[in-house]
Amino acid sequence: MQSPTAVLSARSVSVYYGSSLAVRQVSLDIPRGEIVAFIGPSGCGKSTILRCFNRMNDLVASARVEGQITYNDRDLYGPKVDAVAIRSRIGMVFQRPNPFPKSIYENIAFGARINGYRGNMDELVEGSLRRAALWDEVKDKLRDSGLALSGGQQQRLCIARAVAIQPEVILMDEPCSALDPISTLRIEELIKELSGDYTIVIVTHNMQQASRVSDRTAFFNAEATDAGSKVGYLVEYDRTERIFHEPAQEATRDYVTGRFG
Amino acid sequence: MLLDSVCLSQRPKLRFNSKIAEILASPRQSVPMESFSQNPSLWQPNRQASQQTDLLVRSILGLFSFVSVATTAGIVLTLFFETVDFFRVIPIWRFFSETRWTPLFASAQFGIIVLISATVLTTSIAIAVALPLGLLSAICLSEYASPKVRQILKPALEVLAGVPTVVYGYFALLFVTPLLQKIIPGLQGFNALSAGMVLGIAITPLIASLSEDAIYAVPRSLRDGSYALGATKRETIVSVVLPAALSGIVASVILAVSRAIGETMIVAIAAGQNATLGLNPLVSTMTMTAYIVQVSLGDTPAGSIAYQTLFAVGTTLFVMTLGLNVFSFWFVRRFREKYD
Ligand SMILES: Nc1ncnc2c1ncn2[C@@H]1O[C@H](COP(=O)(O)OP(=O)(O)OP(=O)(O)O)[C@@H](O)[C@H]1O
Ligand SMILES: [Mg+2]
Repeated sequence: MQSPTAVLSARSVSVYYGSSLAVRQVSLDIPRGEIVAFIGPSGCGKSTILRCFNRMNDLVASARVEGQITYNDRDLYGPKVDAVAIRSRIGMVFQRPNPFPKSIYENIAFGARINGYRGNMDELVEGSLRRAALWDEVKDKLRDSGLALSGGQQQRLCIARAVAIQPEVILMDEPCSALDPISTLRIEELIKELSGDYTIVIVTHNMQQASRVSDRTAFFNAEATDAGSKVGYLVEYDRTERIFHEPAQEATRDYVTGRFG
Repeated sequence: MLLDSVCLSQRPKLRFNSKIAEILASPRQSVPMESFSQNPSLWQPNRQASQQTDLLVRSILGLFSFVSVATTAGIVLTLFFETVDFFRVIPIWRFFSETRWTPLFASAQFGIIVLISATVLTTSIAIAVALPLGLLSAICLSEYASPKVRQILKPALEVLAGVPTVVYGYFALLFVTPLLQKIIPGLQGFNALSAGMVLGIAITPLIASLSEDAIYAVPRSLRDGSYALGATKRETIVSVVLPAALSGIVASVILAVSRAIGETMIVAIAAGQNATLGLNPLVSTMTMTAYIVQVSLGDTPAGSIAYQTLFAVGTTLFVMTLGLNVFSFWFVRRFREKYD
């Protein structure tokens, strides 16, 4: 299989929080239409790298990004690039479901409205909820608060909300970690269904999840620096079967087989 | 089963008695350090003494809370009985239907609407000033201010809250009114406009600081969720943060309204003592609180009708603020968002 074109590509990306280096020298390509999983021990910078892709790190005053990230071959951090516009092209789903304290309908309509959607809002809401496999459960209570849903439903609402603005890429930071196994499976199915139309990057601590849903997997690790702090780096990035069955690195094998120190 | 429970209750009791014996025999200080782990006599909680202290503390606390409850009850009962007495003499329909407030005149009239209109007028002006000022400073403080600006703005607001209201009253009378008179020629020396505006400044810190707390309590994850959809900072604040903080903001405004209704010094000094019906902010007017001050300062004999109007007006004031507080309580309960 030939390598598809990269939507996002990172070249020697390092991220600092204040003066401390959190992740160093990450280079990877996110191919269009594929699902990429980020795995690795806690604190190795998976979320940090993920948040560089939609410039959420701009909102953290102390964060500083070095290196280059291109989005459709344009410099994501270039001087003319509007971070707000980027975020409507590259959506994000968070670890904890965070629906707005508004009605289910408004949760979805909000993003569309601020992005200047001119079409039929009812259709968009229904379409997005169907996409997120939530429509049947909420179609009779679209006016109820989004907070009145269960955790799994809330997370699907957040996915619907991200889908509604029709982004090109969806970044998901441990979207199932606050959910029960059944909700988790539903969301995994959903992710697989969304692939093809969307490019998805998903951070997960769940090895099975990474191997079940992703086409490619990036394994991050952290090492102690001389100063005593930890700095994350990309160990290996390859097709998911290779990462799980014949990884090139010893550390990757140890991690995916659960023998990690 | 029964036997079990008897045994269970017996055993600790026995141990308890022997403990007491131990306590009496060996004072704590004399336990040598080496025996720290082995010697059980190191651990001798004096349950009886702590139970007694507990009881004492509880009765003192109970007494204090009883005093505050009793005071409230006393106030309400006094207001109630005196008001009932008042309405025995002056029928309640006159209180609500007459359009002049002249209890001290020979042809006395008791139209409370006169005083209410003045209170509503000054309170509305105050809120018209305090709501934008307070809310904008809350938003500025919590969302836009750099730590440095915050360091100046926050104490400034707190100082504003600490200024005695009598100072505000003279500020309104001697500074704001002359200033306004330059712009509005027909403005009287005592007027609702200047009193209301200064009253608004006085309650701004209340709205600002309570609203800021409410805005601050909106979780970061909600803002992130909004930014991640491509919302700007302004869109996030207007469409996500403020609605999420709405119940707290409304509560702060209602608290400020009831403060403004009950505020006495500023309006008594700067709005005058002229009981006229109407909502003209340019003329002198008399609020409910200003009337109470006027009568309390004069030498009205206890039991006279003028004396009893105090309680009727006081009750009206009390019912209004109580109503607001009940509404605020209901509103907050109904609209508060729970985040985990
Ligand atoms: N806002 C921040 N300010 C300062 N340091 C931060 C911040 N966010 C993350 N870090 C640091 O950056 C490093 C990487 O954090 P990150 O959240 O990216 O890890 P992660 O791989 O996502 O971990 P986890 O699996 O636990 O989510 C950590 O050492 C963390 O302490
Ligand atoms: Mg993380």
